Amino acid sequence: MKDYFAFLGRAFKLSFVGDWRYYAWMSFLTIVALIGLNAWATQLAQGLSTTGMTDQVSWGAYIANFTYFVGIAAAAVMLVIPAYLYKTEPLKKVVIFGELLAVAVIIVCLAFVTVDLGRPDRFWHMIPLIGKFNWPISMLSWDVVALAGYLLLNMHIAGYLIYKLYLGEEPNPRWYKPFVFTSIAWAISIHTVTAFLYVGLGGRSFWHSAIIAPRFLASAFAAGPSLIILTFQIIRYFTKLKVADEALLLLRRIIAVAMVINLFLLFSELFAEFYPHTYHVAAAEYLWFGLNGANKLVLWIWLAVFMNVAATVIFVSKRSHSLPWLNAACVLAIVGIWIEKGMGLIVPGFVPTPLGEVVEYAPTFNETLVCLGILALGALLYTIMIRVAIPVVLGGLRREV
Amino acid sequence: MSDSNDLIQIGRRSFLKNASVAVAGVSGTVAALSPLKEVVGDFDVESWLQQHYHELSEDEMKDVLARLEAEAKETYGTDIKVRDVKPKEDTKFAYALNLGVCVGCRKCAYACEKENNVSRSPGMQYIRVLEMEKGGVNLETANHQYEPETVPKPDKYYMPVQCHQCDKPSCVKACPVNATWKEPDGIVVVDYNWCIGCRYCEAACPYWARRFNFEKPQLPKEEINPNTSYLSNRPRPVGVMEKCTFCLHRTREGKYPACLEVCPTGARVFGNLLDPKSEIRYVLQHKRVFVLKEEVGTVPNFFYFFEAQS
Repeated sequence: MKDYFAFLGRAFKLSFVGDWRYYAWMSFLTIVALIGLNAWATQLAQGLSTTGMTDQVSWGAYIANFTYFVGIAAAAVMLVIPAYLYKTEPLKKVVIFGELLAVAVIIVCLAFVTVDLGRPDRFWHMIPLIGKFNWPISMLSWDVVALAGYLLLNMHIAGYLIYKLYLGEEPNPRWYKPFVFTSIAWAISIHTVTAFLYVGLGGRSFWHSAIIAPRFLASAFAAGPSLIILTFQIIRYFTKLKVADEALLLLRRIIAVAMVINLFLLFSELFAEFYPHTYHVAAAEYLWFGLNGANKLVLWIWLAVFMNVAATVIFVSKRSHSLPWLNAACVLAIVGIWIEKGMGLIVPGFVPTPLGEVVEYAPTFNETLVCLGILALGALLYTIMIRVAIPVVLGGLRREV
Repeated sequence: MSDSNDLIQIGRRSFLKNASVAVAGVSGTVAALSPLKEVVGDFDVESWLQQHYHELSEDEMKDVLARLEAEAKETYGTDIKVRDVKPKEDTKFAYALNLGVCVGCRKCAYACEKENNVSRSPGMQYIRVLEMEKGGVNLETANHQYEPETVPKPDKYYMPVQCHQCDKPSCVKACPVNATWKEPDGIVVVDYNWCIGCRYCEAACPYWARRFNFEKPQLPKEEINPNTSYLSNRPRPVGVMEKCTFCLHRTREGKYPACLEVCPTGARVFGNLLDPKSEIRYVLQHKRVFVLKEEVGTVPNFFYFFEAQS
């Protein structure tokens, strides 16, 4: 126990130590996070009228980002499966950094939900036994369980392994293997449950589609590993952790398959909407072509399709073996899927309203600042985690005897 | 960065440097939170710790009601009465609306707003009246913002929509904290002091019947209805959901809902389904009624029918 607190103390101190680039990066993130906190405080003082949301479009950028990042968090499993199940060496060495990314991203998700609440001060109403937790009826209560569980699983796995390394001891498989295998199933579940939040609403035909959960998973397994590829290159550029090219190229293969499946599912969805052309097509029409002159999302969704198709073409071609091409494809996939699955999935669910009214949504400046602040918070947390984890993994940080 | 050299240096880092980082961090955070200064006075521990409606004993409820009256006095400068009006036995409320005579005057929507102390700024109404194209019941061609000099327009008909008090309410299913539920007399209510404002119920409702308080509701003092109840028309806090409650503070005491009372054409029929002599029973038995969006399967207690006045 004493060792453990000493470790936490050293980790805390270490997160304030680095070269000038580290200080610049951390200061930048802290400032953006504080600007976001300030914007959230403004929202708390005035109410959610500081956002672009209305009774017509009652969820916006917060829930869109939440949905997207649940997928990114789930995608850590694309490192975990090859590393633990297939014992792929280059990935085994770096899997812990994927698990840490999942921890940071889940915290980002929880932050996005928290800022969306009208009464975050009443969070205790959700705590089982103390409050009233509508489990298992409400899908939102399932999502709380899924996300909290995934956070704890990854914190435990990554924390245990790093701490054992720090002690210079061999990790006991009994204390992490069962959790690793649970986390694989759990990762699939967090994104499935998040999809079911929307699919479970029978009155919203745009979301009431069985294909949403598989689409979520496919797009997550493309966007998540894309982000991991870019992150690992940044890590190896700035630190002594030399992630092997092999690891990146292995992820590339996973992404290529996921991108193709994602596009196929998108095509299937489009067919089911537009070929029969029932009255329920209105939301899809709004998204893809505009409805009664309302067309704020049209340009975005076509841009997203262009990016996703371009990314897929690069991922499946040989060019993606070269890092510049691979990185370009990753950026295209990350942004394309962010548009498609974020605003492109959430907002049309509300347009038109169940009574046929067309009211558009766009995030306000204050709302955008809150979003940026949360992303900065996530980056800040992840930087601190790897700031500690890298010297432990490389052997520079060990228990002082 | 991961150089082991800088690890050895940790202990030697100057105290001053650490202290200045800490001061900058703390003062930055305090500055970031400064907008909360305006509302920190509104925070009330008792209100924050208040239990769910179903957990309150009779004595606790008395205290809560007194506190709510005091809060309203402080906010709006006027005396109101907040009661906890309980459902009556052997009662199940239902509503029917004759689209054959509704002229789309929106008197119901305005009467409702007044009766229920619904926020005027930002504006919000429980009843949405749709101007419909003759020849079908297509919501997607409905006009929500119609503003003619006189109603009705000859080529249109009008359909008011409000909470349908469904028997299988998707909003109640959605709520993660049981802040909304169906009362024994069929009315779906919200505990405004329990709702966390996630708006999942608002997304779940197929009839767009729920409203969110995006700001602290503004009500002119002289327009406040002082006769209120906990689960219906008492003043609401910011950041919570609200909705039509069939005016339960009136209807549970034998009165009609405000929207019915004001209707100039007699298009609205309200009553107890369990009373065989009630008008609503007569309408359901003798008119060809339909429910809106029957396919979503939420089993509404709100019915429409067409019958031209003789």
